Amino acid sequence: MSGRKLTALALAGALLGAGLASVAGAQTVVGVTATEIKIGNTNPYSGPASAYGTIGKTIAAYFKKVNDEGGVNGRKINFITYDDAYTPPKAVEMVRKLVEQDQVAALFQTLGTPTNTAIHKYVNQAKVPHLFVATGATKWNDPKNFPWTMGWQPNYQTEGRVYASYILKNHPDAKIGILFQNDDYGKDYVKGLEDGLGAAGAKLIVMKQSYETTDPTVDSQIINLKNSGANVFFNVTIPKFAVQAIKKAHDIGWKPTHFLNNVSSSLASVLKPAGLEASRGLITALYMKEITDPQWFKDKAYTDWVAFMKKYYPEGALDDQSNAFGYTVAQIMTQVLKQCGSDLSRENIMKQAENLKNVELPLLLPGIKVNTGPDDHAPLEQEQLAKFDGERWVLFGDVFDAFRK
Amino acid sequence: MSLTRRASLVLAIAVIALGFSLPFYMSGFRLFQYTQVCIYAIALMGLNLLTGYNGQFSLGHGAFYAVGAYISAIMMDRWNINYAWTIPVAGLLCLIVGFVFGRPALRLEGLYLALATFSLALAVPQILKYFEHWTGGSQGIVLTKPKAPWGLKITEDQWLYLVTFAITVVMFILAANLVRSRVGRAMVAIRDNHIAAETMGVDSALYKSLTFGVSAGYTGVAGALSAIAVAYVAPDSFNVFLSVTFLIGIVIGGLGSIWGNVLGALFIQFVPNWAQDISKAAPWAIFGVFLISFMYAMPYGIAGALKKLWISRVVSRVSQKQGGERAPSKQAQSQIR
Repeated sequence: MSGRKLTALALAGALLGAGLASVAGAQTVVGVTATEIKIGNTNPYSGPASAYGTIGKTIAAYFKKVNDEGGVNGRKINFITYDDAYTPPKAVEMVRKLVEQDQVAALFQTLGTPTNTAIHKYVNQAKVPHLFVATGATKWNDPKNFPWTMGWQPNYQTEGRVYASYILKNHPDAKIGILFQNDDYGKDYVKGLEDGLGAAGAKLIVMKQSYETTDPTVDSQIINLKNSGANVFFNVTIPKFAVQAIKKAHDIGWKPTHFLNNVSSSLASVLKPAGLEASRGLITALYMKEITDPQWFKDKAYTDWVAFMKKYYPEGALDDQSNAFGYTVAQIMTQVLKQCGSDLSRENIMKQAENLKNVELPLLLPGIKVNTGPDDHAPLEQEQLAKFDGERWVLFGDVFDAFRK
Repeated sequence: MSLTRRASLVLAIAVIALGFSLPFYMSGFRLFQYTQVCIYAIALMGLNLLTGYNGQFSLGHGAFYAVGAYISAIMMDRWNINYAWTIPVAGLLCLIVGFVFGRPALRLEGLYLALATFSLALAVPQILKYFEHWTGGSQGIVLTKPKAPWGLKITEDQWLYLVTFAITVVMFILAANLVRSRVGRAMVAIRDNHIAAETMGVDSALYKSLTFGVSAGYTGVAGALSAIAVAYVAPDSFNVFLSVTFLIGIVIGGLGSIWGNVLGALFIQFVPNWAQDISKAAPWAIFGVFLISFMYAMPYGIAGALKKLWISRVVSRVSQKQGGERAPSKQAQSQIR
């Protein structure tokens, strides 16, 4: 063997040894280096739900702000976000790319119920933290079967429980009529209400009517509900049918205490088309400050948010609640990373996400706190009721905690 | 055997060998992408039989894809039937649906047929939500990925890719034989001039609806495979844009070309991702630029352009042999289609 060959071999051996040593030395922490941590995300930047894409852009902008201010514990957040066009196959492809190729430490705020359903099993098998997903379905809070997945916003059942505790307190002899969409979303709300009412439920609920999204109107259901003698109306409808229901109830002179699910609480797309007069007196549940509500315009949280938007996301709309949503959820992710300290292993990220205690965030309503635990993967379980006064939602009463006995 | 025929046989064997060796040097996520490419290639083959070979337009093949996916998903989820059996069933049922739809569609030509099929693409996602008991409504159906059988030591991704690739090869051989057969010649004759074809005794109505059926069957098989590969079906997976994507695939790949479907499938799988890498702000604008430049540079699709290149090389070699005499360019030209 020539000298040169020997040298080469020795060099190769040394390199191999060094490589092995470094693998053994550094505990393999996926997605983390001394200077950065990789966080993965998918959002619908195109397709039918692209209006929500602004959430991903706000989050990216917020992490840029965090990085400009020095990052978290000395590490910069490398936020990798891909378009899934709100289609499950693309979501699977992109999430697998994030996990297998980009090697992110955690997934965060992947958006949409069908898209998250498609990746639910995969991320739990791969043991990747799947944090604060952007969907209101209840199934994300299932730590026993899906220990790596965690929801964010109050889910539909939580909201149903909030209405139930208000009804029990203020209308103990209510006759409740329910209109709900005949799918998981509608049934989740009804289940929340029934669970919240408990044993009294069977007596209080006098009629349940459902509709399909393919139905042209819900007029006949509203007439049936009126004729049932219900004096409390629990309206679980998406915006199109919410408009019809509010209008029809008003037109036929039915004046129950009317609870409208948060899904359809938008002033622009529901209350205005239904008629502001017809909408007066509606009650809904809120957990965030409505950024179009003038009562917050002098609030520091609001002005801070506006300053952030102007500096980091100037093309984002200041009347789009989604931008406040993205800002708030990015803050909770930052909080989790802060709590992790120097241990950014996937196990510890998950452990810290399960260890949020009474965290208050500026754009949440006063008194609403983030709480999680190893068996509680629903961070937000409090809401406050608001009544529509013909112009805007006016908060009233205390903050309700859906699960406080 | 002609030179072109021999070349394409060599090419086919090379591609098949490459395809089967892929799982042994690629990671799970990459393999998943190539599984998608195979699935798209089958769907494009289906649409190409209809549009490229038979001259009928469809903007609704996403609907057949969805039907195939749901047939497979429902069979696996409701009746615990092995995934392998669901694929031929999905193909067969889609073939029947396509044939039945093809009969009334005979009265519609060109753009009118495109609109009629477009209505299918619009309607199917909503209809799926209506039969919630079977389809799981907007929540869809979650499936389990099949494991490799016979104790093979390969991952689910590797197994799934191999199955998909093998089916793709079979479907392509069948299609290549179909278009070279009597039926295939009848299909092309109808495309080129249906009055002349009928004069020659071709039953235009029968062949047209038959092509529609076969085309839908191919797309149904692709849909079934996609349900198995993604392990989840939901109405949101099959929006209108999917049908448009298929059309883009066959036009970019090459109308009336077998290889074009592979190239088109690679295009619709990877180019949107590249576009996103280039610009986060306007990925679809970048995609549009890609589309326009491809169409400008290769009006007969990628396969058409490659074939043209090949033929011009052969022609120049032949004309050199014949001492500079110009080769019959008319024949060469007619082969380009």
